[in-house]
Amino acid sequence: MIKGNFIDNLPKVYGIYTGGFLAFIIIMSIAEQMGMTAKTIGICFVAFTVAIYAIIGYLSRTAQADAYYVAGRQVPTVFNGMATAADWMSGASFVAMAGGIYFKGYGYMALLVGWTGGYVLVASLLAPYLRKFGCYTVPDFIGTRYGGNLSRFMAVVVLTVASFTYVTAQINATGTIASVALDIPFQYAVYVGLVSILLCSMLGGMRGVTWTQVAQYIVLIIAYLLPVFWISNKMGAGFFPHFMLADEVSRIAELEAQFGFVKNSAENLKEVPKGLAGITKAHSAVNATPWAFISLALAMMMGTASLPHVMMRYFTTPSVKAARKSVGWSLFFIFLLYSSAPMLATLSKLSLIDPTLPTGIIGKSISEVQAIDWYQNWNQANLMFVSDFNGNGTLELNEFFMGGKAVVLATPEIAGLPYVISGLVAAGGMAAAMSTADGLILAIANAISHDVYYKIIDPKAETAKRLVVARVLLVVIGFAGATIAALEIQGILGSVIWAFDFAMSGLFFPLVLGVWWKRANKEGAVAGMFLGLVSGAAYLVWVRTGGSGFLGITQLTFGIFGSAVSLVAMVVVSLMTSAPNAATQKMVDEVRIPSGKSILGKQH
Amino acid sequence: MSKQEQHWEKSRGLLFMTLAIWFVFSIGIFLFGAEMNEVTGPFGYPLTYWFTCQGSLGAFVILIFWFANRQEKIDEEFGFSERGDD
Repeated sequence: MIKGNFIDNLPKVYGIYTGGFLAFIIIMSIAEQMGMTAKTIGICFVAFTVAIYAIIGYLSRTAQADAYYVAGRQVPTVFNGMATAADWMSGASFVAMAGGIYFKGYGYMALLVGWTGGYVLVASLLAPYLRKFGCYTVPDFIGTRYGGNLSRFMAVVVLTVASFTYVTAQINATGTIASVALDIPFQYAVYVGLVSILLCSMLGGMRGVTWTQVAQYIVLIIAYLLPVFWISNKMGAGFFPHFMLADEVSRIAELEAQFGFVKNSAENLKEVPKGLAGITKAHSAVNATPWAFISLALAMMMGTASLPHVMMRYFTTPSVKAARKSVGWSLFFIFLLYSSAPMLATLSKLSLIDPTLPTGIIGKSISEVQAIDWYQNWNQANLMFVSDFNGNGTLELNEFFMGGKAVVLATPEIAGLPYVISGLVAAGGMAAAMSTADGLILAIANAISHDVYYKIIDPKAETAKRLVVARVLLVVIGFAGATIAALEIQGILGSVIWAFDFAMSGLFFPLVLGVWWKRANKEGAVAGMFLGLVSGAAYLVWVRTGGSGFLGITQLTFGIFGSAVSLVAMVVVSLMTSAPNAATQKMVDEVRIPSGKSILGKQH
Repeated sequence: MSKQEQHWEKSRGLLFMTLAIWFVFSIGIFLFGAEMNEVTGPFGYPLTYWFTCQGSLGAFVILIFWFANRQEKIDEEFGFSERGDD
């Protein structure tokens, strides 16, 4: 089944897989009608999908370096697009994004623009050139282009800091979903999530991850779109929500004006459970200054172009041409989910706040709301809360609180969809978090095994030994991530955004200038990576410990400061030291044209 | 000027054009977010809101495919395109 004809048969294989998954959803909904409990359905969904990924991971096992590191460079454009989309869209995108839009509106939507616009930078500045280079990892490019172990090592450091920040959030998300769906304590669920993640990646490396990510994309996109379309139709909002929710959006604005945003006193807010928020910002109005919006979008765009787990997906395409097209497909598949998140937020909000809808709760009496089944369920799950602050017995807009995750998790139930949809959503969230965690852990383990162990410590190591080291590292890093995730230090979204800022602080300019500026040299790159990362991190610590910051750069956009320092350091140091030698200059010329041999050999 | 230098000059021209379009949809329009939101955009959504939900995102998808095609043409023109794959 694998290899050669497997590649030719991909559309058929994944076609059957998609059909099988849809059939599974139908079987589950029949089982629900026949009285299967909600809990069993949840377990079936998560267990069934994870088992499929594990089987794909096992079938993709390999003993070859180029299959392990870059999936043999034979992943077709469209499939690589799907894999990248799954790699990219994390548990945060899936579970928290619609919630962020729901609560923060326009200011939050900078993330949507940033997390998509970054791909233009990936396609035009980097991906095709790094593909031509023929590297296995991102530090492989830095180390070969600039030369020297120090630059290679610095790149590994930046990669590890950024990816590790990101991966704990993803393992945390798999743990959260596994603990809810399988009904086990979070501390154990984290390790269940970890084992699932390792099953996909350990035997097959990049090859295993590629084919499971395609499978995970299919699950997560069905799990996201099906409820959105269903809810929209059920509410009578339009059969194709993306084009038909203008009335709903203006109705929300109307209700906002009618209710007003009443500010709660600090004393009242103390009652509200931690992590829940009320609706305090306009849904569709511009509620952020241009710079607040643009700086956040810019940080996310440059971060996108510097995150190694995304970049390395384009090392797996058969050609430079395919790498470029593949970026377009990736963004197309991401667009399908991202453009649906605001629609879900709109539907969710309107169904809750419009008193004329049967599901609307604002304006009802508090006791009536507290008697609703779904309110009790989600209140118990610590994701919903109402309180009669003004004592008039009716629920006001400012007296209703919800957790960000509830928008995705609870809206199907509120709209009266069958439980099978909730099971599907759990499977989708699991797929989203697992696929991103896989990509990240693999990026770190590959960088350390290939760049630190093989290139720096033991360049004579045989392939078999290298792959053993790579796998051991995969497990070690996975466990380290899970252990930190189990401590539950910070929320999912905060650490995701930091990862982008760390990556752009240290890697954006060394990568871009490596292709686009021949004069950039080793000393400059090392200074750029080192000072960029250190200054970015210092700024974060300063703002977190009460520093006021400057130029409106916050703890979410500290990468703008870090990357600016990185750029200046890199240019100044490069110009102060000698130009790269003729061989390096020729290498850069070679990278700039798609034809001809890659810089690094097929097996290196 | 060698063939390779010409190729790179054209590629760089395409890059600047791509980045200019990218700038408009990712940064430029949001400089005037508040003013533009007063206008009704496609499908009846407020214009800036529509850009953040769909407009800019869709523009990026189209832009990347357009860029990829243009770059392929440039590579072919100078005989630098790869042979023997898709």
